[in-house]
Amino acid sequence: MAPFPLPLESLVGVWGAYLVYLVIGFGFGYALEISGFGHSPKLAAQFYFKDLTVLKVMFTAIVVAMVLIFLASGLGLLDYNLVWVNPTYLWPGIVGGLIMGVGFIVGGFCPGTSVVAAATAKLDGILFLLGVFFGIFVFGETVSFYEPFFNSSYFGRLTIMDWLNAPTGWVVLGVTLMALFMFWGGEHLERIFGKRDLKVEPRARRYGALALVGVAVAVLVIGQPTNADKWAKVAATRQAQLDNREVQVHPGEVLELQADRRLVVRLIDVRTEADYNLFHLEDAVNVPLAALPENVDEYLLQPGNTVFILMSNDEAAATQAWKYLVAENVPNVYILEGGVNYWLSLFAEETAPYDAALFTHGDDSLRQAFSAALGARHPAARPSPHGYAFEFTKKVKLELKRGPSGGGCG
Amino acid sequence: MSIATQTQGKEGAAARVRARRQPKPYVHPYLGGLLLGLVLFAAFFITGNGLGASGGLNRYLVFVEDLIAPEHVDRTSYLLAMAGGDINPLANWVVLMTAGVFLGGMTSGWLNGRIKLETNKGPNISNRTRWFMAFLGGSFMGFGARLARGCTSGQALSGGAVLSVGSWAFMFAVFGGAYALAYTLRKFWN
Repeated sequence: MAPFPLPLESLVGVWGAYLVYLVIGFGFGYALEISGFGHSPKLAAQFYFKDLTVLKVMFTAIVVAMVLIFLASGLGLLDYNLVWVNPTYLWPGIVGGLIMGVGFIVGGFCPGTSVVAAATAKLDGILFLLGVFFGIFVFGETVSFYEPFFNSSYFGRLTIMDWLNAPTGWVVLGVTLMALFMFWGGEHLERIFGKRDLKVEPRARRYGALALVGVAVAVLVIGQPTNADKWAKVAATRQAQLDNREVQVHPGEVLELQADRRLVVRLIDVRTEADYNLFHLEDAVNVPLAALPENVDEYLLQPGNTVFILMSNDEAAATQAWKYLVAENVPNVYILEGGVNYWLSLFAEETAPYDAALFTHGDDSLRQAFSAALGARHPAARPSPHGYAFEFTKKVKLELKRGPSGGGCG
Repeated sequence: MSIATQTQGKEGAAARVRARRQPKPYVHPYLGGLLLGLVLFAAFFITGNGLGASGGLNRYLVFVEDLIAPEHVDRTSYLLAMAGGDINPLANWVVLMTAGVFLGGMTSGWLNGRIKLETNKGPNISNRTRWFMAFLGGSFMGFGARLARGCTSGQALSGGAVLSVGSWAFMFAVFGGAYALAYTLRKFWN
């Protein structure tokens, strides 16, 4: 498992984690201040093409962080799945952005820079900050009137790679080159509108640009780890869990989990659609193995009290799915012990007793015949949790969520 | 000899005082961007979260609201999630990060002689006008940042670096909104 991001809270405790965030925030504020972001005329000059500091600082920061993040991910140091990618709510984002643009040119700051301006005793920064509080207050009081819009055009964790269907390396290189092109254009705008002499600009910036392109090319060459690479990293510990049957959950425990109001149980049925239509557990969702990859992002966004139960007819396909999701770092994933066949043998009326050797050695086909596609209308789809007394070992232990805990503006 | 040294010492001290009064110039934008990028990368690498500011401000505000009118907070669904019942709105990492931004900005300002009670503005407007505009602009910013689920830091910078589609659309919208109005407001800044 990629060692980063760190499971901060279990490593240094809540207060230790808070200290880390305080230090990161300190660095953030420091970097903003030395760049001149506490000085509103400098920020506003961006929009008159006289001084493109805002553009240069922002895009340099974005590109530097981007190439390092994907380099670390390519080298297997950082799990990109555990990095918080702002979920896309397209239209509220665009409308909110336009409103912020208006606020930027009217007020001369953005929220982060106004904090820095206020910290250096700029009265306009302090007034702006008070305005921000007022705007947030108005939003909190009125959002109930336009909540549908606020939650509209939701695309989940949508990256540029998903959108363009392009490999990560090419996107990283493309964004880097686009930023450099914008810097080049920006400098010429400064020459024309700001009457700036480009000859005094340090030569070192060219080497910096070359270095950025170099790292971006390295990201492209190294590539990003595939699911098989990720599994190989965790195989040692995770295969043992499979072999010791630590993650195969007895049907009786599934019923218990479903009855627990503190948990959200997601039943994921990885069989073919035909088998699923013949019979499936109530609330089970059909996600054939091939469709699993496109669902990973959504699973990663679920809250920490979510338990995933994978099932196939026996256990073979569910085990494959388990390996896939575990390698992608989806937390709290388990397998339904004995699959749908075992489930039917416990809860359907006319079935022969089931042989435990079939759990792992069965051919993963549905052994019960159905006269019609009953789906979840079969009585065994939702047995009463109180009607049975099984003996089983409880296996589900909720993991603490590692990594992202919500956006920077949560 | 000794007198000369003394004078030099005095002049040196005077120069140091002047230097302290005289704010140091800002660093080159690309160097500032590089430092900011390293901080941003460190945030993602260590914690999995990016940078943020407006979320922290939001929580400070909700904390005060919860002190004044806790029943109202419990009835408003948007505030409920942050401070409903006995949830402490300040028990969140972004609150600490925002405090860090303030301290970091103050430290840098202090080391570089830029802490000074002043109003920065365009040459053709009064202080009062500037204050009014700052408050008005701040209100727009605060409102827009909540609607967009993030500010320039949490959305544009952080989401931009991890290549979120929504964050890039947001970023272009911010620049678009500002450029669209810049010509109308040119008197305020130039």
